[in-house]
Amino acid sequence: MSGNHPGLSNNFSRSGEKFSWSKDNLRSIKNIISKYPKGREQSAVMPLLYLAQEQNNNWISIECIETIAETLNMPKIRVTEVASFYSMYNTRPVGENLVQICRTSPCWLRGSNKITKTICKETKCEINDTSDDNKFTVVEVECLGACSNGPMIQINNDFYEDLDEESTKKIIDNIKEGKPNVIGSQKGRRSSENA
Amino acid sequence: MSDDLIKIKVNQKEIQVDKNLTVMQACEIAGEEIPRFCYHDKLSIAGNCRMCLVEIEKAPKLVSSCTMPLMEGMSIITNSEKVNAGRKGVMEFLLINHPLDCPICDQGGECDLQDQAMYYGFDKSRYKENKRAVDNKNMGPLVNTIMTRCIHCTRCVRFATEVAGVPELGMLGRGENAEITTYLEQSITSELSGNVIDLCPVGALTSKPYQFKARPWELKRTDSIDIFDSVGSNIRVDSRAEEILRVTPRTNEYINEEWISDKVRFNYDGYYQQRIDTPYIKENQKLSISNWEESLKVLKDKLKTLKPLALIGEHVDLETGYAIKKFMSNYGKDNVECRTDNHAILESLDSYRFNTPLKDIENADLIILVGTNPKIETPIINHKIFKAYNNDAKVFNIGENISLNYKTEYLGESLSNLNNENIIKALKKSTNPLIIIGSAFLNKIKNIKTLKSIFSYADKYKVITKEKNNLNFLNPYASRVGQLIIGNTTNNLCEPFSNLKKDNFELVLSFGSEHIADEQFNNCFKVYFGHHGDDGAMGSDIVLPTPLYTEKNGTFVNIEGRPQEAKKCHNPIGSAKEEWSILKKLSDELSFDFIPNTFDQLRSELFDKHPILSDYHEIIAVENSISITPYIEFEDCKAEYPVSNFYMSDVISKNSVTMAKCVDEIISTPSLLEKSA
Repeated sequence: MSGNHPGLSNNFSRSGEKFSWSKDNLRSIKNIISKYPKGREQSAVMPLLYLAQEQNNNWISIECIETIAETLNMPKIRVTEVASFYSMYNTRPVGENLVQICRTSPCWLRGSNKITKTICKETKCEINDTSDDNKFTVVEVECLGACSNGPMIQINNDFYEDLDEESTKKIIDNIKEGKPNVIGSQKGRRSSENA
Repeated sequence: MSDDLIKIKVNQKEIQVDKNLTVMQACEIAGEEIPRFCYHDKLSIAGNCRMCLVEIEKAPKLVSSCTMPLMEGMSIITNSEKVNAGRKGVMEFLLINHPLDCPICDQGGECDLQDQAMYYGFDKSRYKENKRAVDNKNMGPLVNTIMTRCIHCTRCVRFATEVAGVPELGMLGRGENAEITTYLEQSITSELSGNVIDLCPVGALTSKPYQFKARPWELKRTDSIDIFDSVGSNIRVDSRAEEILRVTPRTNEYINEEWISDKVRFNYDGYYQQRIDTPYIKENQKLSISNWEESLKVLKDKLKTLKPLALIGEHVDLETGYAIKKFMSNYGKDNVECRTDNHAILESLDSYRFNTPLKDIENADLIILVGTNPKIETPIINHKIFKAYNNDAKVFNIGENISLNYKTEYLGESLSNLNNENIIKALKKSTNPLIIIGSAFLNKIKNIKTLKSIFSYADKYKVITKEKNNLNFLNPYASRVGQLIIGNTTNNLCEPFSNLKKDNFELVLSFGSEHIADEQFNNCFKVYFGHHGDDGAMGSDIVLPTPLYTEKNGTFVNIEGRPQEAKKCHNPIGSAKEEWSILKKLSDELSFDFIPNTFDQLRSELFDKHPILSDYHEIIAVENSISITPYIEFEDCKAEYPVSNFYMSDVISKNSVTMAKCVDEIISTPSLLEKSA
């Protein structure tokens, strides 16, 4: 995987805007920290990074890292280490919809290459790139754990499975037009029942 | 305790070792050398380089010996084919991405990877793929980085966090993308940062000033002592011809362990800047070049008629101090002074030295800093306080609310805050409390009663007991304790120097003390013995060049009272002459009693007079401890810290270009001063 993947870059950047926790998040943080023994609050760094990413348009800026370090009373470099280690923390801005295409063997055998091509064509952006209208960022990832329903993609928090070129195009079109999409299998399967 | 000992076998040889050791430590006791990169005995165990693989009988696979605890009856094999093959495999992996740039690498010749590749490396690589390249990172003006060479042992990360106490280094990314960096590539803000250069087992972190200067086998090694603070860290000075090219630490577990401060490591370029290389005499308000014959003749005539006072600076060794004392004794008593900063002392050694042996600081469970900033005055002592802090010691601070790399509870400005109820409560609970009184107050104390009261306070709260004395006095000057031991002070009743009647003196001889430029000496004839052109030299009537500590032999007593020798590394610059030989010449011409003809004679006379000094490396015992008198009161005085800028605290570092860069890039960038908590 190339270093340009937004989750696999070691270069962090500033958003230029102050980052402070939303009221809801402050409440969840209190709850999360209470799960760990006293003096071990730093263990909460991963859930806090997740909250920060959610609140900060799906990416971790330096401001986020500094806020987390302050909240958990830990060195900034330690937060940075964790954020850079896991590929699901995006270290640079991504589009409104982060499209993650599974390219591991089962999906690939079922034609993930075609899905990738379709998505790149429909969103008008290349892999690891963000479209000009900032609607999409497309990345290739390793196994997302839905092998029996491959090929599949993940857009933000939702899985879209059993894809072919046509259904993929439709999903992208719906997002562009702001219409809702069917989540999960595009062939009407429930879970991973026999087709 | 036999309970802690277990029997194990190393290569079929049976040994008894402490059960709390690791397999690697046991192998070392058995005399087997284990190759390693990430393991370092002063740092926490990481176990990520895998070079220290050994075979343990009945274990299915090779194990990394640095992380493996011992067990009763364990049989360890370090020299089998399997072990060798395993280590060779690890080495091959390490070398996949390591560049083959040893010919242009500063570490070449003293590189762990190079050495171990001689044993475990192959002659050619089996990999055709491109090697990975990593961008170099900024770590400040001292540490040079070539990150492609990094093998990710994380020694530097652990050092910064655990020893230096500045968690600023880290490893970002993972796997092939792993990179060592400082947070946002800012400079490391530690006073001990240079030690990562020694720790780095490859050439990824090297010295910036030493870059491309020399190869290790070209250098001449001289053992010496750090004279830029009072700790007396053991250093080795590496020189080629008449130039010092680098300074590195020597291990001394009692003092500096394996670390030295950045000041002594990097300020050596200042040794050659602004040097006084020839005698000068003031003519028409301007110093002009003279020669030894002329200047000594003028000085001799003045010495015949005027009554002299000698000032001793912060870098003066004991032999010189003794020669000065002997020379001045021809003019009567009380005319030599090293306490030019009004350092208040009592008659005994335990009132001006660090009474706790430095290696025991870490055992304290309560530390009270009184008018001292150990972080910039004595970084090595600060590291030891940091160790105690990590062992859950509580640290209080009185004086200014200074920022340190550990948490302190600030109690207020004045000395009387020692009676604060928080401290009293903590002192009563503590089993091993330690008080450090720094120069910020010591130089301000006007009343001997205050010092006596500090002793009675320490006695009352069990800081001083029959077994130990944990009441410590800390000053940042390398010469001070030794000069006070040989009695180079004007007043044995220990009044501050400022109380001395200066009108009695008409001639001031300053041995590297800038206090000669003080207003109080304006009416005196001034003679300056020194190596660097500073304020002291500029205002003097005669300036005589003397060698630096690396250009002569000398004895220094460190802050805990341990005499150590700094050896001569190369010849003096210009026509500089050692102080004792100048005084010898003068006293011969003045027909004074000044016997020694050679330096060795001078030294043996010094040791005859003060036999306690001759026992190098041993802490001097206190003969008559201070008698405890009832507590009276602490006078109210405002703390004034002797060192405000770590990188420029003395005339040598003020002349160092490297130190100037540090001030620019580390101190003057305000955002870097904010410590991450």
